[in-house]
Amino acid sequence: MKLLAAAFVALALCQSLGAKEATPMAEDPVVEKRLNAISEELRCLVCQNESLAGSRAELAQDLRREVRELIKSGKSDKEIKDFLVARYGDFVLYRPPVKSSTLLLWAGPFLLLILGLYALFRFLKGRVGETTPRVLTEEEKKRAEALLKEGQS
Amino acid sequence: MNKFTLPLIGFVALMALFGAGLGLNPREVPSPLIGKPAPQFKVAQLHDPDASFSPTEMAGKVWVLNVWASWCVSCREEHPLVMEYAKRPDAVPVIGLNHKDKRDDALRWLMRFGDPYLLSAYDDEGRVGIEYGVYGVPETYVIDKTGVIRYKQIGLITSKDLETKIIPLVKELNS
Repeated sequence: MKLLAAAFVALALCQSLGAKEATPMAEDPVVEKRLNAISEELRCLVCQNESLAGSRAELAQDLRREVRELIKSGKSDKEIKDFLVARYGDFVLYRPPVKSSTLLLWAGPFLLLILGLYALFRFLKGRVGETTPRVLTEEEKKRAEALLKEGQS
Repeated sequence: MNKFTLPLIGFVALMALFGAGLGLNPREVPSPLIGKPAPQFKVAQLHDPDASFSPTEMAGKVWVLNVWASWCVSCREEHPLVMEYAKRPDAVPVIGLNHKDKRDDALRWLMRFGDPYLLSAYDDEGRVGIEYGVYGVPETYVIDKTGVIRYKQIGLITSKDLETKIIPLVKELNS
């Protein structure tokens, strides 16, 4: 029984050690939370489809270290983003500011939507003529009646 | 007009757009640092940990900052060209920025492939790199007499870049 208890204690110890090892960065949960929120919004320039929060690239780790230090020195989120934009350009932001060079990026989807709606409208309007039921001429009516009678007899 | 004409035009236009997009290099992000003063720093030199280097020492000169590392494969590819450039009679000083490297590895690398640098600054933690917006070693900056960054090359320099961009720019800045 004692042995079992000792084994449990050892197991628990191992687990707690493991847990500590997995999160070496979480020194200050408040700082880490802000770090995560900010770096989710930033692009890792090495792996351009990854956020700074998710990337394991070395540069991303360095930049997270830098952002962590900026947070600790009391900088606001905007100041931190400006710090990175000044060095890497608007490209680091997943939501770049609206300006002349990014206007197409922001307005593009809406332009395409309008274009698509216009094309759809034109297409449907064009089909109106095609789908209205055709009125039979007198001659056609007679033929139809004759055919129907034939079927009845 | 055939009813397929419009979709066909649309399709061809889309293909042309995709084709043009494929030709672009996604790593070529325009640097916001061009036209701005080169960020200041003061770090130890690679060859002499007791000596330091700061860009202010280069004031009044046109110079080139070449970011390199011994772990960087493209740097090795670029290196002969940097060597060749440094030997030119009209070359301006080339300062190396050894980025996130081990001192021993870096020194051995220079011994093996040659040292074109006037000196190399030692940026072991990559902080200077962050100041300069470095994200893909090698990177190269041309800095003018007043300490303003005039050109940035992301990735390795080709001989075409050297002949058509860097050398003419240096000449222009020096005149």
